[in-house]
Amino acid sequence: MSRSDEATTDRISANGQGLAPDEVLAVERLSTHFVYKNRTAKVIRDVSFRLKKGRTLAIVGESGSGKSVTSLSIMGLLSEPGRVVDGRILYRLSSGEAVDLTGASKRTMRRIRGREISMIFQEPMSSLNPLQTVGDQIAEMIWLHMATNRANARKRAVDLLRLVEIPGAERRIDDYPHHMSGGMRQRVMIAMALACDPSLLIADEPTTALDVTIQAQILDLMRRLQGELDMSILFITHDMGVVAEIADDVAVMYAGVAVEQAPVRRLFDAPNHPYTRGLLASIPEANRERDDKGQRVRLTAIPGTVPSLYDLPPGCPFETRCAWREEACLEPVSLEPCGPDHLSRCWKMRQA
Amino acid sequence: MANAPAHAGGPGLVKLLAQRQSVVIGLAILFVLGAAAILAPVVAPADPNKLAIASRLTPPGWAHLFGTDEYGRDIFSRVIFAGRVSLTVGLCVAAFSTVAGVFFGLMGGFFRRLDAPVSRVVDAMMAFPDILLAIALVAALGGSVLNVIIALSVVYTPRVARVARASTLVIRELTYVEAARALGVSTWRILANHVLRNIVSPLIVQATFTFAYAMLAEAGLSFLGVGVDPSTPTWGTMINEGRKYVSSAGWMILFPGIAITLCVLALQIVGDGLRDALDPNLSKEL
Repeated sequence: MSRSDEATTDRISANGQGLAPDEVLAVERLSTHFVYKNRTAKVIRDVSFRLKKGRTLAIVGESGSGKSVTSLSIMGLLSEPGRVVDGRILYRLSSGEAVDLTGASKRTMRRIRGREISMIFQEPMSSLNPLQTVGDQIAEMIWLHMATNRANARKRAVDLLRLVEIPGAERRIDDYPHHMSGGMRQRVMIAMALACDPSLLIADEPTTALDVTIQAQILDLMRRLQGELDMSILFITHDMGVVAEIADDVAVMYAGVAVEQAPVRRLFDAPNHPYTRGLLASIPEANRERDDKGQRVRLTAIPGTVPSLYDLPPGCPFETRCAWREEACLEPVSLEPCGPDHLSRCWKMRQA
Repeated sequence: MANAPAHAGGPGLVKLLAQRQSVVIGLAILFVLGAAAILAPVVAPADPNKLAIASRLTPPGWAHLFGTDEYGRDIFSRVIFAGRVSLTVGLCVAAFSTVAGVFFGLMGGFFRRLDAPVSRVVDAMMAFPDILLAIALVAALGGSVLNVIIALSVVYTPRVARVARASTLVIRELTYVEAARALGVSTWRILANHVLRNIVSPLIVQATFTFAYAMLAEAGLSFLGVGVDPSTPTWGTMINEGRKYVSSAGWMILFPGIAITLCVLALQIVGDGLRDALDPNLSKEL
C-alpha cells in the first residue's frame, strides 16, 4: 500500500510540469463523467483555466452547469460514480513543487486538502458539527495538519476568530454552532478553512444562503484576507453581482463547458457569448425600473432549459436556446480568442 | 446566569439531568435495585435457597416481607438475589448489542458498498421472531447466564444496527461531513468525531430499550424453561415457578413482577432524560 503511494507521488511530480512560476492552479482539458450502468453523464467536458497567485477566478453558471463538480474534481472529492476521465489538474504545493492532482494518491490528497487547498460551502447552517464547540472544530484543523499542542491550537483558534472579525473571540470560542447566526457561522467556516494558511481557497457559493448585507460583509472579509494572506481564490457562484464584487477573472460555464473566459471588466463591458449576454441582461437594474417611454421594464429571461447531460446537442450546447442560432451552430465549436485574454465558444459572435 | 456555559461538558450534563424530577426518581430506583443486587448477601434477610417446608406459601408479613414460596423460601431475599442475574443480563446484552450494532450500522450506513450485505443480514435476522431465535440459540449453546447473554446479544444487535444505519445515512449527507473531508479529515476520524457523536442520542434510547427488552426476554426464556439454570433465581424463573399458585399465592409472581416493571420504567425514564440532556440544541440557555 505505502509502496504504491510512493510510486504515485513520484509519477505526479514528474507530471507536474507546465505550470508557470506565478500560477497556483492550472486545469487543463478537464473532463469529468458520471458513469452509470447504461448511460454516462458528461458533467464536465474539456474545461481549462489557470489561476495566478493572489488572484480570484470566478466560475459562474446556473445549477447543473458543472461548476461545483469542477471544484470537487480539484479536491478529489467526487463521489461514485463520478470520475475524472481526461485532463490534468496542476497545482503548486507550498514547497514550490508542481503536482498533477488527477494522479495523486488518497494520502497525498488528504495532506493537500485543508492544508494546501481549503474549501468553504454554501450552507453555513449545516457545515459545522452541531455537537462540537466552534473552537474545538477550528482547533481540530490546526492540530490535524500542524505539529502543535492543544493549548497552542486553541490560542491560534482565538486568533483566527479575531482574523475573521468575530467580536469577543475569547468568549465565542466556546459557543456551539447553534448559538451563532448564519453570517457568524460562515465566518467560523472561513476561519477553519484558513487555519493552515492554504494557498488556494475554493469557495462554493459561500454567500448564497446569506442575506445581502451579510453577503457584502463576507465578501469584504474574503477580499481583505486574500490580500493579507496572499491566497488565490476559486469562487463559484451563480450571482453576477457577486462576480463583479470579487473576481479578477471569470469563466462562464454552461452545460459542462466553459462558454466564455475573460478578465472581469472585459466580460461585463464586452460580453461575447450569447449565454453571457443573456445572464447579464437578466440582472435587474435599480435605476432602470421604467424605460424611455415610461413603461415598466420587464426582466429578460433566457427561454428554454439546460439540455440533458445524457443527451447533449452535437454542436453548441446553447444552440437550443440561442436567439442567434444558425445551421452552422449544429457543428461542434471550440473555445477561441476574441480579444485580449478573452475566449469565447461562439463562432458567430467572434466574427461580429 | 445567561453567560453560564451550562451546556458545556460533564458538570452541565449532571445539572441538566438533575433538573428533571422524573429522571432523578428513575436514577434513584436504578440505584436502589443495583445496590441491592450488588450487596445481596448483606441486605437479604435470609438465604434465598434455604428450604422451610413448614412455613411454605406464607403470605407477606413481618416474618417474611414478601411471603414465601412453595418450598418456604423467603421471596424478599430471592427477589434481591434474582436482581443480580437479571440486571447482569440486561446490562451485558445492552452493552454488547450496542457495540456490535453500532459497528455494523456505521459500516453499512457510511460505506455504500457495505450497505447491501449488512442490510440483508440484518433484515434476515429481524425476520425471525426474537424469542424463537433466542430459544434456538440457547438450545444450541446450553442454558447458562453467559449463553443467555450471548443469545440475546445476537438477537438485539440487528435492531441497534438498523437504528445506527438509518441515523448514519442522514448524517453522512450533511455538509459538515463533506466539509470535514474537504478540510483533510481522515475517514475514521470523520466516523468517530462527526458521525458517531451525532447519532449517540437515538442509540442511547435504543440501549435503554434493549436493556429492558433483554430483562423481559430473559424472564421469558426462564419462564419457558430454556433460560438460566432453574436453581439460580432470576425474576423470570420466579414468575415461572409462581404461575402454578397464581390464584392461591399471588405474591409469588407479584413481587418479581413489580421488580421487573420498576426497573424497565426507570430505565426508560433515564434514557429519555439522557437523550434530552445530550442534545445541545435542546438546552435553551442562551
